[in-house]
Amino acid sequence: MGKREGMEVSIAVSHAVQLARAEVIAAYPITPQTHIVEHLSSLVANGELDAEYITVESEHSALSACLGSMATGARTYTATSSQGLALMHEIVFIAPAMRLPLVMSVANRALSAPLSIWNDHSDIMGERDAGWVQIFVENGQEAFDHTVCAFKIAEDHRVLLPTIVNLDGFILSHVVEAIEMVDQATVDRFLPPYQPLINLNPKKPVTMGGFAMPELYTEAKMAHQMALAGSYDTIVEVWKEWGDLTGRHYKPVETYQTQGAKVLLLTMGSLGEIAELAVDDLRAKGEAVGLVKLRLWRPFPFADFRAAVADAELIVVIDRALSVGGPGGPVMAEIRNALYPLDKRPQVMGYIAGLGGRDVPPGELIQVVKQAKAGGPAVAGREFQMVGLRE
Amino acid sequence: MSKPIEQYTWQELTLGCVMTEPGSAREYKTGDWRSQHPVWDRDRCLRCGVCWMFCPDAAIYETPEGYFDMLPDYCKGCGICGKECVTGCISYVPEGS
Repeated sequence: MGKREGMEVSIAVSHAVQLARAEVIAAYPITPQTHIVEHLSSLVANGELDAEYITVESEHSALSACLGSMATGARTYTATSSQGLALMHEIVFIAPAMRLPLVMSVANRALSAPLSIWNDHSDIMGERDAGWVQIFVENGQEAFDHTVCAFKIAEDHRVLLPTIVNLDGFILSHVVEAIEMVDQATVDRFLPPYQPLINLNPKKPVTMGGFAMPELYTEAKMAHQMALAGSYDTIVEVWKEWGDLTGRHYKPVETYQTQGAKVLLLTMGSLGEIAELAVDDLRAKGEAVGLVKLRLWRPFPFADFRAAVADAELIVVIDRALSVGGPGGPVMAEIRNALYPLDKRPQVMGYIAGLGGRDVPPGELIQVVKQAKAGGPAVAGREFQMVGLRE
Repeated sequence: MSKPIEQYTWQELTLGCVMTEPGSAREYKTGDWRSQHPVWDRDRCLRCGVCWMFCPDAAIYETPEGYFDMLPDYCKGCGICGKECVTGCISYVPEGS
C-alpha cells in the first residue's frame, strides 16, 4: 500500500503527471485548472521533472504545441478548463483524428455567459464528439489514479488516441484529500516509455495532418470511430492492471446499491458521492433505490450500461449541463438513446442540477427521486426539470 | 498511393491518415479545373524564373533551353504567373479555343 498524503487534488494530478514522466507539457493557466499546471511548472523549474515546459499565449497554442511534441514521439500533457477548452476547440478535433495520444485534464467549469468560474459540465459537452477517450472521476484519488492510467490507455498501440480526464472544477480540483500515492518504481513498471508507431523522424519522413478528398474522408471517420469504440477492451485491461497493483479497481460503469432497485439515479463525476448519500438515506427508509455512475463517457459503454440498468423501471439522470433548446441534459439524451433499441426499457427522467457551481446537497437528490417516482412535476413544454430552479 | 483513392477501405488507411511517401499530390491532377492556360512569348521572356517561383502548384517547369512552360496535368490557370511576370510575356488562352 502506498503512502497516504493530504494534498490538494490539483497537486495530486500534477504528481501523477510527474510519476508518468511526461516529457513535454504545454499549457495556459485558467481557473480552476491553474494549480495543476502551476505546480508542474515548478516541478520542471526545480529539476524534479525532466520535461520541456512550453509557456504559450493561449490554449489554442497549448494544444497545437502538444500535437507537435506528440508527433515527434514525446509523452505529452496539458490541462485546461471552460473558456480555455472552448478556445482549443479547433485543435481538440484534430488530435484524435491524427491519432496523437496526449493526455489532458479538464477541470470542468461552466461556460460564459454569464461569466462563471464554477463547476458544471458545459465545457466538456461541447467537445463530446471530438473523438477522445473521455473519463469522469469522482474524487481526488480517482483523479490521481486515472491520470496515470490515461497515459497507458492513450499510448497503447491498440488505442493511440488522446485521453481526457474530467475532474469537477473546485469541487475536486481545489479540495484537500488524503490521497494514496504510488511510488515511482511501481509507476515505471506499469507505464513504460512511449513507443510511437509513426513519428516525425528525418530519417523516415512522413506527412501528418494532410488533405483528404471526399473519396477518403468517410473512410477516415470510420477508422477513427472503430479505433475509439475498439479502445474499450484496452481501457478495461489497463484499469484491471492498475487495480491489481494498487487494490483500487475501476469499471466503465460503476454501480451502488443497485440490487433489487427499481429506481436508479445516474450521475457522472463528483456528484456520484453525493448521490451515494442520498441512496443510503432512501435505502434506510426502505426504498429500493440505487445508483449508476458513468465513469467512461467515450467510448460510451453501451453493454455495461444496459446490463447495469436491466432490472430498473425508472432511471433518473442528473445532468450537469443543458443542451439549450434540445432534449435537456446531454447525458440523459444518450441514456435514452442507449435504451431505445431494447424491447424492455425503463422510463428515463432528466433532471439538471449543479449548473455554474450551484451546490447539490443529498437532500435535493432525495426530493428529485420522490418527485420522479410520483411521475415528475407537470411543466408544459419542458422535457426536463431544473433542480432548485426558482420560478 | 498504390491504387486509386476511391478503392481504399477504412481498414486500409494508415494510422491517422499519415502519408508515408512524399509527392502524393502528384497523383491528384488538377489540370481539368482550368478555363484558361498561360502562353509564354519567348521573344520577351528574360528566363528569370519568377513565374516558376510563384506558381502555387509547382505546375511550371523549365525547358531544356531555359524557358518556362506549364504542366497541363496540374496547371489550374489561376493567373498568378502572368500577374508576377516582370516583362508581361505571359498571356492566357481560353481552353477549347
